[in-house]
Amino acid sequence: MRLMSQIPQKQNQPPNVRVLGRRGFLVAGTTLLAAGTGTATSQPTQTSLQPPRSPGAPMTKYGRPSDHEADVVRSRIRSKTGTTGSGASGTPLQHLRGTITPSGLHFERHHSGVPMLAPEQHKLVIHGAVKQPLAFDLDKLHRYPMTTRTQFLECSGNSAALLSPKAQDWNCADIHGLVSCSEWTGVPLAYLLDEAGIDPTASWVIAEGADAGRMNRSVPLSKCLDDAIVALYQNGERLRPENGYPMRLFLPGFEGNMSIKWLHRLELTDSPAMSREETSKYTDLRPGGRAKGFTFDMDVKSIITSPSPGLNLQQPGVYQISGLAWSGKGNLSRVEVSADGGKSWIDATFDGAPQPLALNRFNAAWQWNGKPALLMSRATDSAGNTQPTRQVWIKQFGSNAFYHYNAIQAWRVFGDGRVENTYAT
Amino acid sequence: MPPKVKLTLPQFTHAIVYAGGLLISNPVIADNEPRLGDPVTATELSRLSITVLPDGRGLPDGSGNALDGAQIYQTHCIACHGADGQNGINDRLSGGVGTLVSTKPIRTIGSYWPYATSLFDYVRRAMPYNAPGSLNNNELYAVTAYLLYTNKIIGDTDEMNATSLPAVAMPNRNGFDWPE
Repeated sequence: MRLMSQIPQKQNQPPNVRVLGRRGFLVAGTTLLAAGTGTATSQPTQTSLQPPRSPGAPMTKYGRPSDHEADVVRSRIRSKTGTTGSGASGTPLQHLRGTITPSGLHFERHHSGVPMLAPEQHKLVIHGAVKQPLAFDLDKLHRYPMTTRTQFLECSGNSAALLSPKAQDWNCADIHGLVSCSEWTGVPLAYLLDEAGIDPTASWVIAEGADAGRMNRSVPLSKCLDDAIVALYQNGERLRPENGYPMRLFLPGFEGNMSIKWLHRLELTDSPAMSREETSKYTDLRPGGRAKGFTFDMDVKSIITSPSPGLNLQQPGVYQISGLAWSGKGNLSRVEVSADGGKSWIDATFDGAPQPLALNRFNAAWQWNGKPALLMSRATDSAGNTQPTRQVWIKQFGSNAFYHYNAIQAWRVFGDGRVENTYAT
Repeated sequence: MPPKVKLTLPQFTHAIVYAGGLLISNPVIADNEPRLGDPVTATELSRLSITVLPDGRGLPDGSGNALDGAQIYQTHCIACHGADGQNGINDRLSGGVGTLVSTKPIRTIGSYWPYATSLFDYVRRAMPYNAPGSLNNNELYAVTAYLLYTNKIIGDTDEMNATSLPAVAMPNRNGFDWPE
């Protein structure tokens, strides 16, 4: 088990940092902060303060995490009955810090498994309402200008577990793990569409993957010309197979399902395809029985990754509340945190200026007095949207909308330091 | 009209390189549009393009009815989707009409799907799960007809083809709000 006390506490806090206390806000000096780095109950890997002296392991062709981090793996790998490749797995958010998701821990959502594509045989074809249908192989694409941005990708079914009538005994990754953030590098799609020559009748681009089920989604042409890229690299290396190797569509801020992996075909049309993935799935059924379609943008959201279930508190004292916040509708303007179930809030701080369409790390110091607490975070984006409470979300969208759930998450802290998923408001 | 493509281009410059006394012009291009795409022929595209639009464009030749489709369903579909599209281990395909307003909505072809063309398209691109692309056009139309029949949307001898399928009146056709 990874313990809270294993996470290094920041020792050199500036004085007068705001600390969230049980009964409101304290303005704390350095004496209070010194309490945070107390006795660790973790398994010691060495018995003295003297590190080992024997010669270590050799160089490796491709490095991997320490053997001691073997429990930092994708969460809740689940697949449809009768299949192994149609399903999902989650990023272990509570074990990560910073904002970049290691490529091997990026969440997965596949509909026909992960195809193993030979890069030299793979081509992207652009056709339909264009002057000249064109094909691009990887060598050719590498001669185009590329752009690099750090942006999140979130499955629109992420966090839907919180629609279940009773709060499940699940951890942060189990509930919210279908969001990740990477540095994506690729060719702006506008270059390729322009080269093919967009016919004036075109208003949609139907993107199709080379997975066995040829999964497809209709994307507004305007998005394709705005900030869509054909991504070839993830965190500096070629895409991982489970993220679309050798090329994928990447649509910043849009629901993850639309960023078609293993991209092989783009057809320009005057109409959306109304494919299965955008009609029978990925539409939002509302109370009253009507459904809303084409809800592309992901909404503003935040989650406290630590403390969270499994990262239990050890003894009263100072802890760093840390979490992630993002919005598909732009940037973040604010993240607030509460330790009393939303009765009082203080502003969390970001590491530097928040970045648009990316995961942003927020932090707040918290003085835990050893009594039960309810931890929450609440994000507001640059478009003025603020996360609602769960009750407000369900009242507006119902319990069956399933996609685009973005209500405030509450973690219940018990007197013994256990942390649990709960429904507070 | 589509938005005008605006590309961010580096400033036009020329790198002048002297080599062995010769002036070699090695331009850094301002017009950074490599234009390297290879033309694709109509023949290649006809094999590649499987998109079906809701008005029926893209549907292939061929036809089939529910009586034929029942056999195909028994062979390729029933293991996952159950008899008549119900009680299978995977997605339920029929029934559920009227449940969308309830607390436990059942989303099926009959209760939820707005377009019959999507059904043909999805079966052709993705089903059967272990062998997508293995059914021929007549089989695809027939199993599509069977699924519409089990949902009481068409009769058991109604022929589904490129003309009749887009005209099928899906029960929840108007149950969606799409943005402009």
